[in-house]
Amino acid sequence: MNRNAFGPSLLAAAGLIAAVATAPAETINAAGATFPAPIYQKWFEEFRKLHNDVQVNYQSIGSGGGIRQLTEGTVDFGASDVPMTDEQLSKITKYKVLHFPTVMGGVVPTYNIDGVSASLKFTGDTLAGIFLGTIKKWNDAALKKDNPGVNLPDKEITVVHRSDGSGTSFVWTDYLSKISPAWKSKTGAGPSVNWPVGLGGKGNEGVAGLVKQTPNSIGYVELIYVVQNKMSYGEVRNASGTFVKADFNTVSEAAAGAAKNMPDDFRVSITNAPGKNSYPIASFTWLLIPGKIDNAAKKAAIKSFLQWMLTSGQQYAGAMSYAPLPKSVVAKEEKQIAAIQ
Amino acid sequence: MIERNARRKLVNKAMLALTAVCTVLTVAVLFLILGFLVWNGGRSLDWNFFTRLPMPAGESGGGMANAILGSGITILIAVLIGVPIGFAGGIYLAEFGGTTLPFLVRYTADLLNGVPSIVIGIFAWTIVVVPMHRFSAWAGGFALSMMMVPIGLRSTEQFLRAVPNSLREGALALGASKTRTVLTVVVPAAKQGILTGLILGVARIAGETAPLLFTSLNNQFWSQKLNEPIATLPLMIYTHAISPYEDWHRQAWAAGLVLLALVLVANIAARWILARGVSAQRG
Amino acid sequence: MAGIAVIAAPPPSTPRDFLRRLKSGDQIAHLVTLIFAASVFLVTLLLVYELWIHSGASRAKFGLGFLFSSTWDPIAEKFGALPFIYGTVLTSFLALLISVPLGVGAAIFLAELAPARLSNACTFLVELLAAVPSVIFGLLAMFTLVPLLREYGEPFLKNTLGFLPLFQGPAYGVGYLAAGLILAIMTFPFIISISREALLAVPREQREAALALGATKWESTWQVVVPHARLGIIGSIFLALARALGETMAVTMVIGNDPGIHASLLSPGYTIAAVIANEFTEANGDVYQSALVELGLVLFFLTMIINAAARLLILLTTRKGAKQA
Repeated sequence: MNRNAFGPSLLAAAGLIAAVATAPAETINAAGATFPAPIYQKWFEEFRKLHNDVQVNYQSIGSGGGIRQLTEGTVDFGASDVPMTDEQLSKITKYKVLHFPTVMGGVVPTYNIDGVSASLKFTGDTLAGIFLGTIKKWNDAALKKDNPGVNLPDKEITVVHRSDGSGTSFVWTDYLSKISPAWKSKTGAGPSVNWPVGLGGKGNEGVAGLVKQTPNSIGYVELIYVVQNKMSYGEVRNASGTFVKADFNTVSEAAAGAAKNMPDDFRVSITNAPGKNSYPIASFTWLLIPGKIDNAAKKAAIKSFLQWMLTSGQQYAGAMSYAPLPKSVVAKEEKQIAAIQ
Repeated sequence: MIERNARRKLVNKAMLALTAVCTVLTVAVLFLILGFLVWNGGRSLDWNFFTRLPMPAGESGGGMANAILGSGITILIAVLIGVPIGFAGGIYLAEFGGTTLPFLVRYTADLLNGVPSIVIGIFAWTIVVVPMHRFSAWAGGFALSMMMVPIGLRSTEQFLRAVPNSLREGALALGASKTRTVLTVVVPAAKQGILTGLILGVARIAGETAPLLFTSLNNQFWSQKLNEPIATLPLMIYTHAISPYEDWHRQAWAAGLVLLALVLVANIAARWILARGVSAQRG
Repeated sequence: MAGIAVIAAPPPSTPRDFLRRLKSGDQIAHLVTLIFAASVFLVTLLLVYELWIHSGASRAKFGLGFLFSSTWDPIAEKFGALPFIYGTVLTSFLALLISVPLGVGAAIFLAELAPARLSNACTFLVELLAAVPSVIFGLLAMFTLVPLLREYGEPFLKNTLGFLPLFQGPAYGVGYLAAGLILAIMTFPFIISISREALLAVPREQREAALALGATKWESTWQVVVPHARLGIIGSIFLALARALGETMAVTMVIGNDPGIHASLLSPGYTIAAVIANEFTEANGDVYQSALVELGLVLFFLTMIINAAARLLILLTTRKGAKQA
C-alpha cells in the first residue's frame, strides 16, 4: 500500500466514524408486531416531520420479538398484538409495563386460487379444517357448500402460517380455539403453535409474500397487507351467523362491547365478539411502554408521541384499513400517559 | 479384440464429452446468475435507490441510501478491528514464531474461518449486544471483524513467507534491526499480496447477512450514533425479498446488483493486483 | 530468520536483562505481534466458552436427549434438535449428491482436457461464483428456482417417481429440494477449484505410464490420475460439506420453515442455521434462547469436525504429492 496515502485515509475513516458517533438527536428504538407495522411506520414518519429531533426506529420482528426485546431492555418500547401474560410481565422487575392500545385491526383469510377472484365465504369450522389439514382440496364439500356459485378447482390447498412468534397467530388461533373443539384440543391458541400443516412465513410480510407467489394457497394476515398488495380475501361467519368482511365498521363493532368494559390494564381479546356485523377475527394491538423511563428526553418524546397518536394519529387509521380506537378507550389511555414516570 | 477397442474408444469420447458438459453447466450457472441480476436489478436501479431513505411499507419511491452508508460503516469498523489483528498476527507467524503458539494460532484461525457466520453472530451478540443492552453498529462491525481476522492473518503470513530470505538477510547485513527489516523491507515487498487479502476479506464480509441479523438489527433512518441499530445492504435485500410488496422486490434486485457488482469488482481487482505483483517480482 | 536473531544476541538470563532487552525495538515488536497473534487464539476460545455458557439452561434441562428429541414447542418450553439436524444433513447431502459428480467432472475436464488458457479462464469464473453472497443466491432462488420447481420440476418428479415416499406430497416449490439445489450451486466452486488443483498435482509420469501401456485418455484419467488425487478430491468434498452445513440466508429463504421431520424431499423443513436466523430475536425466556444457542454449538462442532477432516485430507494430498515429486 502506498505509504503516503495510508495515513490520510486512516484519518478520514476515523473522522467519518467520529462524526457519526457524536452526532446529536435521540433515536428511540422500538420493535415488535408486524400486524400494525405499516401504520406505525407511517406514524413515526409523520411524527418526525412534526418533531425533527425525534426519530423512532421501529423494526417489525413479530410480537414475540417485541416482548422479548423489551424484556431484555434492548429497545425503548415494544409492540404486540397479544397482551403480555402475567408470567411475561413478572420477568420485568425494573418497572411496570403499560399496555397502550393503538388501533384495532382484522386478521383475514387471504388466498391465491387459480381462476377465483370472488370473495369466498369461510366458517370457523372450514378454516379450522383447512389449517388442521383435514380439508385438503379447494373443491372440498364443506367449502363448496358455503360458496355455491364459485368454481373451486380440484387442487390441493397450500397452507401458509407464521414461522415466528406472532400476535397475529395468537388472534387467529384464539378464534379457531373458540370455534372449533378439534382445533383447541389438537393445536390450541398461542403466538407459536405446532402447526399441523403448511409453510412458515416470517412476519405478516412473509406470509403475504408466500401466498402471493404460491398458487392455490391460503394464509392469514392483517387487512392492510391484502389491501396494499391487492390480494383476495374472504368473509368469515361471525357469532351471529352473518358472513362479514373485515373493514373499518365491522372491526369497530367487534370492539364495541370490550370498549364499554375495558379493564384498567387494557388487556382484552375481542375475537368472536357478539354483534350482528362484527368481524370475528379482530384484535386490538398494543404498544408496550415502560412505566418508568430514566432518560428525560426519551420520556418526553414518548409521552408526546402517545398523545399525538391518540388524537391526530387516529386519523390515519381508516385510510390504512385499521379501525380507530373508540372514544372511551382514548380517554382512558390519556389518563395512563400521566402514569409514565 | 477390435470390438473391445472400439468400445473403449467410444467410452473415452463419451466420458470426455460428459466432463465438458459438466464444465459448461457450472460455468453457465454463473452467467445465468449475473444475467438475472443485471436484467432484474438494472431495470430497478434508479436515483432514488441511492439517495432516499426507505418509505413506510407499501409506499413507493423509497431507497436504500442509509443501508449503503450503514454497510460502509460496519465494514469500516470491521476493518479497523480485524485488520490490525490479522496483520500483526501474520507478521508474528511469519517473522518471529516459535513452535507451540504459532501452531495454536494457525489452528484456531482456521477454526474461526470455518465457523458458520450465524454462529459468529451469536458470539457477537453475547460479547457486545448483551453487555451493552442494545443492538448497535459496533456489534455488527465486531461480528464482521471476527470473519476478517483469519483472512487477514492467513494472507499476511502467506505473502510474508513468500518474500525471499535474501531480502531479509541483505537488510540485516546492512545493520537494520529485525523490526526495521520487517517494516521497511519485507512488508513492502509483500504489500500486493497483503492488499489482495484485505480486498478479498472486505468483499467477503460485505455480503454477509447472518451475522448482522441480531447484532446491528436494522434502521429505517440514518443512524445517529454507532451504538444504535444500523441499516445494512445485505439485510435490506433479505427483508425486502421476503415481503409481498412489488416495489420492495424491485429494490431488492437493485440492491443485489449493487452488492454483487461491488463484490465481483473487488475480487477481480484483487486478482489483477496479485497477477501484476507476481509478474513484477519475476521481471 | 529466528536463527539470525539468536546469533545477534544471547538470551536474557535475568529479569533485568529482559527489561533491558525490551527497550530494544525487536523485543517490543516480538511482544506486540505475539499479543495480537495470541488474541486470535484467545478469541476463538472465548467463542466456544460463550456458546457453552449461554446454552447452559437448555443443556441442564434436556441433556443429551436434546440431540434426539423432535419436539419444538416454545409455549411448553420443550425443545429438541433432531428436526434441524435432519434438515441440515439432508439438504447438505442432497447438495453434494448433485455438485460432486458435476464438480468432479468439470474438474477433470479443466485439469486434463482443456487447454491451459481455457482452463484458467473457466476456473477464474467458477471461483468468482464462490464470492457471490449467500443472500443473493437466496434472492435468485426465491424468484427463479422456486417457481420453476413448483411449476415444472416437482410435478415432473411426482409423476415419474411419485411411488417413492421421497417424492410425495404437494408441490410447494419451497422445501428440502429447493434448499438442496441452491446449496449445490453454492458448493460447485469449492469442489471444482480444489479437485482441479489436486488433479494438476498428480505427476506427469503417472499419466504417461498409463498411456504408454495403451490406455485411452479417459482410462488413464479415471483409473490412474483420479485415484492418485483422491485424497484432495475427498478433501474438497468435505470442505464443500462444511460450507453447506453452515449456510444460512439462501436456505432460510427457500426451505419453508417447518420444524418437523419429513420423508419427502418436496416437503418444507428447517435447518439449524435457518431456525436460529428466524427465531433468535424473539426467543423469550432462558430455556428457549439457550436452546437456540445450543443449536449453534451443535452446528459449530459439526462444521469443526468436517473442516478438520477436510484439512487433513488436503494436507495429506499435498504432502503425498511432494513426496512423490
